[in-house]
Amino acid sequence: MQNLVEIRDLKVQARSDAGRRIEIIKGVSFDIAEGEIVALIGESGSGKTTIALTLMGHTRPGCTITGGTVRLAGRDLVAMPEAERQALRGTEVAYVPQSAAAAFNPSQRLMDQVIEVAQIHKLMSPDAARVKAVELFRALALPEPETIGQRYPHQVSGGQLQRLAAAMALIGGPKLMIFDEPTTALDVTTQIEVLRAFKSVMKLGGMGGVYVSHDLAVVAQIADRIVVLKGGEVQEEGPVEQILHRAEHPYTRELLAAFEPVPYASASRSEAETKRPILEVRNLVAGYGPLGRDGRPHKLALNNVSCRLERGQNLGVIGESGSGKSTLARAIAGLLPPVSGKVLLDAHALEPEARARGKEELRRLQIVFQLADTALNPQRPVGDIVGRPLTFYHGQKGAAREARTDELLDMVRLPRAMKHRLPGELSGGQKQRVNLARALAAGPEVILCDEITSALDTVVAAAVIELLKELQRELHLSYVFISHDLSTVQAICDDVMVMLNGEVVERLPADRLQGGAQHPYSQLLFSSVPKLDTGWLDSVPPRAAAL
Amino acid sequence: MNPQIVRLVLGRLGVALVTLLIVSFVVFAATQMLPGDVVEILLGQAATPEAVAGLREAMHLNDPAFLQYGRWLIGLAQGDLGMSYANNLPVAGMIGGRLANTLMLAAVTAAVAVPVALFLGITTAMHRGSVYDRIVTTGIVAVISVPEFMIATLAVLVFAVWLKWLPALSFANDVTSLAEMLRVFAMPVITLCCVISAQMIRMTRAAVIDALTMPYVEMALLKGASRRRMVMRHALPNAIGPIVNAVALSLSYLLGGVIIVETIFNYPGIAKLMVDAVATRDLPLIQTCAMIFCLGYLTLITLADIIAILSNPKLRK
Repeated sequence: MQNLVEIRDLKVQARSDAGRRIEIIKGVSFDIAEGEIVALIGESGSGKTTIALTLMGHTRPGCTITGGTVRLAGRDLVAMPEAERQALRGTEVAYVPQSAAAAFNPSQRLMDQVIEVAQIHKLMSPDAARVKAVELFRALALPEPETIGQRYPHQVSGGQLQRLAAAMALIGGPKLMIFDEPTTALDVTTQIEVLRAFKSVMKLGGMGGVYVSHDLAVVAQIADRIVVLKGGEVQEEGPVEQILHRAEHPYTRELLAAFEPVPYASASRSEAETKRPILEVRNLVAGYGPLGRDGRPHKLALNNVSCRLERGQNLGVIGESGSGKSTLARAIAGLLPPVSGKVLLDAHALEPEARARGKEELRRLQIVFQLADTALNPQRPVGDIVGRPLTFYHGQKGAAREARTDELLDMVRLPRAMKHRLPGELSGGQKQRVNLARALAAGPEVILCDEITSALDTVVAAAVIELLKELQRELHLSYVFISHDLSTVQAICDDVMVMLNGEVVERLPADRLQGGAQHPYSQLLFSSVPKLDTGWLDSVPPRAAAL
Repeated sequence: MNPQIVRLVLGRLGVALVTLLIVSFVVFAATQMLPGDVVEILLGQAATPEAVAGLREAMHLNDPAFLQYGRWLIGLAQGDLGMSYANNLPVAGMIGGRLANTLMLAAVTAAVAVPVALFLGITTAMHRGSVYDRIVTTGIVAVISVPEFMIATLAVLVFAVWLKWLPALSFANDVTSLAEMLRVFAMPVITLCCVISAQMIRMTRAAVIDALTMPYVEMALLKGASRRRMVMRHALPNAIGPIVNAVALSLSYLLGGVIIVETIFNYPGIAKLMVDAVATRDLPLIQTCAMIFCLGYLTLITLADIIAILSNPKLRK
C-alpha cells in the first residue's frame, strides 16, 4: 500500500547573508502512513521545521529545495507548479504554527481567519464554514464556541489561540496535519489541555500528522513514530517505544539523558541554617502602572512576597507566565522598585532602586537575563562585555583585565579566542555562557537567574545547569533560580517556591516536590509536567473545574 | 465606539490645538525679527522722520510686541486676518483666490500622485527583487535626486518649447473647459508628482515588505492564499499606519512648499503670494500665509494619526 507521504533524499540549501550557499538538509528520507503521526525531534537548527514546510511545498525566503522528492498522496510537491501547490495547501495538508499569537492577523476577527481556507479554495459557503468552525471549536474544547470567533486575536489567551490555529488547519479537512512545536510557547498546565485536544481530534479524523518538537516527553504522548534529526540528517528512526527505551544513536541517548532528573545534592544544610540568610525578601509589593488611592500599583504583580536564601544554597521560583516570578527578580535587583517591603542582602537593607544602591551592593547581587540575545550588546566583542564589569567594580585595566577575562572565559568553559568575537557569531548556549561570565566578573555572592535555560535546547540547557553547579562549588555562590520548567529547578535547587498570580502559594524542599505538594495549584503544576511515558497524557485527570 | 479610541482621538486633537498656538507664537516672533522697516518701505521717498513716526503710531507699531501678538491672535480667532500693509486691502480677500488656486493644484496632484504611488509601492513590494522592482526603485532614486526646478524647467523645455503641446505659463483664471484645465495643470502636476510620489512609493514599499515578513502572512500562504490575497488582505491592513503617515507628509508639502513650481509656471498660488509679501515686509500677509501652511500641515498629520489610531485592531471591540 502506498504511504501518505514519501520523502526521498530531500536536500535544501540556504543562502547566508554573505551570499554563501549552505546545505541545511542533507538528503533526508522517511515515510508517513495513512493516519500515522510522525514526530520530528531535534535541537534548533536541526532542520525539522524546514522539512515540515517542504511538505507544504514551501521554503522560507533564502531557502531552496535542491534535490529529492516530497510525495504527498503520490504527487511530488517539489516538481509541481506553484498554482497546484497553492491548491493543496489548506485542503490536503494543513499547518499549525509554533506561535499562534504571531500567526493570526491582528486586524481580523478570528472567525474570518479560521474560515479563510474554505473561502480561498471555495470549499463551502461562508455560513456552512462558520457552522463547521463552531463544531471544531467545540471539539477542541474551546470556551464559548458560539461566540469566540467574533473576537480579535489579542482578546483570547495563548492556549486558546493555539487551539484556534488547529481549528483553522482542520477546517479544510486535510489528510495531513503539520504541527510545528505547537505547545512550546505554552505553560505546562495549558500545554496538557492543548495536547489532549489535539490528540482527540487527530484520532477522530484519522489524519496523518507530522509533529515537530524538541521535547521528547510531549512527542511520546501524541506520536506513533519518531525521527531524530541533527544537522539536517536523520540520526535515528523508529516507533516511540523503541526510541524511548532502546535508543541506539548517541545523540538520541544524549537527548534522553537530559531528561533524567539529576538529583541535586545540597550543600551541607544543617550548617547553613545556623547562619543568617544571604538574601532575604520581606513582604514585597510591586507592580506596574500608576499608584492607586490605596498606595498600590494599578496592576499588581507581586503581592506580599517573602522568601529567604541561605548562603551557599539555591532557591527555585516556579510558576506560569504572569505569576510574577520575573517581576520578583526585577524587584530584588532594583530594576522595578517595589512599592513596599524590604530586600535584605546579608541582613543589610537595600535601597528599592538600583541606582540608589552602592557599588559594593550592586557587585554582590548580580542578575542574568533570559534572552542572552538581547542582553548582550551586539556591537561589542565578548572580551569587552566581560571586561567592563571588571573595570567598573574592580578598577582593573590593561593586562590585569585581559588576564581576568581569560580566567572568566575558562570558568564558563569558553575558548579564550572567543573574546574577539561579536555576540552575533556565537550559538545560543555560548551567548548564555558569556552572559553568565559577565555576572561572574563582578564577583557576586548572589546571582538571580531569570529563566536562563528556557531559550536553550535540552542538551545545551543541561550543560549550563552543570556549569552553574560547578561554579557554585568553586565560588560559594547562591542562586535564585527562576524557571517555568520543573525539571531544571529540581536539578539545581534546595528549596522551591511556587507562585501564582503574584503570590507565593507554597514553599517546598526540592526533594519533596513529587508527592509532597499540598496546595492544589502546586499539585496541578507538578502533575502537568509531561513524562517520558506514552501513557502519561491519558493517565492524568482533566484539570479540576475548581481551578 | 470604544471610549479609549474617543479619548485617544480627543487627546490627539488637543495636542494639535496646542501645537497651533505655539506655532502662532513662533510665526509672530519670527516676522517681528525680519530685518527692514515696513514704514520706510511704504513711504519710500517720502519717509520724513515725522511721517514715519505718524504712520508707526497709526499702525500700532509702537505697542509692546506681546500686545500686538494678543491683538493679532484674537483677530485670527474671530476670522479677522487684518489689513495688508502694502496696499491696505483685507488679507482675507487677497488670500482667498490664491488659496483656492493652491488647493486646486494640490487636489489635482494628490488625485494623480497618491493612487500611482500606492500602486507602485504595493506592486514593487509584492515583486520584491524582480526586474520590475529594480527599475521602479532605481527610477525613484533618480527622480528624488533631481531638484524640482530642474524637472520643471525640463518639462517647459520639452512640452512647451520643443513640442509646443502645452502653454509654458499656467494662468488658472482662463480655464473654461476640461481640456483647457488639463493643458494648464499638466506640467505643474507632473513636476509635483515627481517630487512627492517618490517618498510615498518608498515608504509604502517598505511598510508592505515589513508586513509581508510577519508570521501571519506566511500562515496565509500556508492556507493556500494567492500572493495578491496575502498582500491585500493580510499585509496591507496592518501597514496602514506608516503608509498614511507617509502620504500625509508628502501631501503637506503641496500646501507650502510649491514655491519653485509656482514661480516657474507663474501659477497664482499662495506660496508665490507669501514670497511677494516678504519682499514688501507685509507682516499680516506673511503671518497669515505661514499660519495657513502650518494649519494644513497639522491637519494632514493629525488626520494620519487618527487614521492610525482607528486602524489599530487592539482598540476595536
